[in-house]
Amino acid sequence: MNPETTDATPSLPTGTDDQPIPANRLRSKDLLGIAELSVEEISLILDTAVAMKEIASRPIKKVPALRGKTVVNLFFEASTRTRTSFEIAEKRLSADTLNIVAGTSSVVKGETLADTVHNIEAMSPDLLVVRHSSSGSCHFLSRICRAGVINAGDGMHEHPTQALLDAFTIRERKQRLAGLKVAICGDLLHSRVLRSNVLLLTKMGADVWLCGPPTLVPTGFARSGVHITSSVDEAVEGADAVMMLRIQLERMLGGYFPSLREYFNVFGMTPERVRRAKPDVLIMHPGPMNRGVEIASEVADGPYSVILDQVANGVAVRMAVLYLLSGGAEHEAVA
Amino acid sequence: MKRLLKGGHLIDPLQGIDAVRDVLLDGDRVAAVGLDLPVGKDVEVIAVPSGCILCPGFVDMHVHLREPGQEHKETIATGTAAAAAGGFTGVACMPNTQPVNDGASVTRAILERAALEGAVRVYPIGAVSKGMKGESLAEIAELRAAGCVAVSDDGMPVPTALLMRRALEYAGMFNMPVIDHCEDPSLKGEGVAHDGYIAAMLGLRGIPATAESIMVERDIALAEMTGSAVHIAHLSTRQALRAVWAAKARGVRVTCEVAPHHFVLTDERLAGPISYDTNLKMNPPLREQADVDAILRGFTAGTIDAIATDHAPHQTDEKHVEFDRAPFGIIGLETAVSLTLDRLVHTGVITLRRMVQLMSVNPCRILNVPGGTLRPERPADITIIALSAKVTVDLSKSRSRSRNSPFGGWTLKGGVVATIVGGKTVYVNDEIPGAAAFGAAVARA
Repeated sequence: MNPETTDATPSLPTGTDDQPIPANRLRSKDLLGIAELSVEEISLILDTAVAMKEIASRPIKKVPALRGKTVVNLFFEASTRTRTSFEIAEKRLSADTLNIVAGTSSVVKGETLADTVHNIEAMSPDLLVVRHSSSGSCHFLSRICRAGVINAGDGMHEHPTQALLDAFTIRERKQRLAGLKVAICGDLLHSRVLRSNVLLLTKMGADVWLCGPPTLVPTGFARSGVHITSSVDEAVEGADAVMMLRIQLERMLGGYFPSLREYFNVFGMTPERVRRAKPDVLIMHPGPMNRGVEIASEVADGPYSVILDQVANGVAVRMAVLYLLSGGAEHEAVA
Repeated sequence: MKRLLKGGHLIDPLQGIDAVRDVLLDGDRVAAVGLDLPVGKDVEVIAVPSGCILCPGFVDMHVHLREPGQEHKETIATGTAAAAAGGFTGVACMPNTQPVNDGASVTRAILERAALEGAVRVYPIGAVSKGMKGESLAEIAELRAAGCVAVSDDGMPVPTALLMRRALEYAGMFNMPVIDHCEDPSLKGEGVAHDGYIAAMLGLRGIPATAESIMVERDIALAEMTGSAVHIAHLSTRQALRAVWAAKARGVRVTCEVAPHHFVLTDERLAGPISYDTNLKMNPPLREQADVDAILRGFTAGTIDAIATDHAPHQTDEKHVEFDRAPFGIIGLETAVSLTLDRLVHTGVITLRRMVQLMSVNPCRILNVPGGTLRPERPADITIIALSAKVTVDLSKSRSRSRNSPFGGWTLKGGVVATIVGGKTVYVNDEIPGAAAFGAAVARA
């Protein structure tokens, strides 16, 4: 990354071929996780997303940046929100898109992941957007694929575009990430959203507080430079943003906590608890929400909730990632 | 037919020898050990090249030969060929074959095949429980009579304290050790990597160190209660090592082995350079640096009895999958000696004499099998190593049917020159100058 160029804000995509979209580059052909991104690359994606967001406000929400590029959305795990968001992002950039969902694919017929992807690769896609239940599956694919791989969630590992859209949402409201206190509460152990957010927020200089029952705290996580507490009040105290993570019913069945009712009583985000945060706190949730389990409806629907902004920003951030990985700078070169 | 190995440096701790000695072999036995032994008639003289060290044959007390039932991964022929190339003159093979070696007929089949095709000696280990199901004892007396040297449900921990007690009591009647894969199943859960910061950040389900140590403590208590011998397979954690140390100090009959990957690698490698490499997935998993440090101290202090590879062949296709779907295990027969020389001997953690104890004397003693010394009348099983040989691991040349090793491409100092089993040269390392002195490798059978 050339430091001289990292502060440059990309100009708005114009939507015509003769005025190409300038941008800097990402070092890798893939977006596997926040772990692989530098601070400059994160800033580049967030800055590019600012330009992308404007497109959604146009009457014609489409630019030709990815015209002629083929993007395959390869979802081995059920997802509505993320897949829809990627698909809209791809279409707004004029990519040819294809959705493959595991339930209908040959995976159920016993084909290996490698073979499935080799077959798709034979049809020369440019980018693969992959969601898979196994941690590291995108790393595995990136080693055997020519196409770029975008991680849309791998097991309990990372969900980098979610963390990028969360950061975008915070930055949009607070104009910065460094120095902010961000509390993340819920099922920390099983959450890929958590891992990506911890990596991104600590890289960008935020003060990160994690809160959840000790049974759902990953081992040794304090080494990642975060505070860990089982007190919601302590985590939320003076926070600039509070992110809630989904609590799944199967965690209760797995014995991580006794009941959803008790979980809400001890860890649920209630209006009373939110009052300990800064008055202009942002309430965030990657969805889907369990109202009355991790978050009270009054909080989810309250004035400081940016949960729907996160969804809107997800499209812009994914457009930025798709655009940068499909060779934004090359566009410039051939134009 | 007599062969005289002349002028080599012999390390034989049980004879108190660490010096230049001639070794005379008569057929499959050692005839004499001494200085300047006379060259009689009809004696083939092998001038041992300088730099070569003669050791009583190394025995790997923990391998998976996969035959019968999983011959696509390994066979007795290929597994023992890999053992010979790794400097092992004998291997003890675990019973998790298909069918499980829980009866005399399977044991006999393994031994018959080994007699026909085995490049080295094969010591079958029988199952503790029928079908390795952890419910009722296998027919241990019959296993013993058929040739099993120990019992283990390796891969599956003996699940209840009661069954472990019974196994120790019953196998104790034959002075057979019970070898346990110590891991509390409830704490392991669906774990695939060491439960620590690395697994947490990589989103891999963790296997806590305590899953191992809690069962090591249980087995030690039961060995103490029954007075029988328990052997801890592939010990990997500092907590378990501490338990073994304390138990030995109070006289409990407990021994333990460590696999080379557990003193060479840590879980940090899972993060790269090849992240989520399935050739770094084994059980027990790669642990933390503090565990490796403790294991190194355990070697120096003598708490660890044996180096055993847990050679676990899997086909490339089986490993070419998502990390959590890949089978556990790596091959290790052909890299163990070089890893031990490079990482333990050259670094000063152990002496060569101690290495011979860890790889020959103690495995033979624990399993009650011949070997461990080159005293006259003992089997002519000899491992010849060279301290200064540069060895580059080339998996494409492996004798094993499988290639699942994280050590491909590694360059190590020290290696195997030749392997002699029952007086016959079964392996010669062509890449080491002078190794041809040991003659051409021949089939043992």
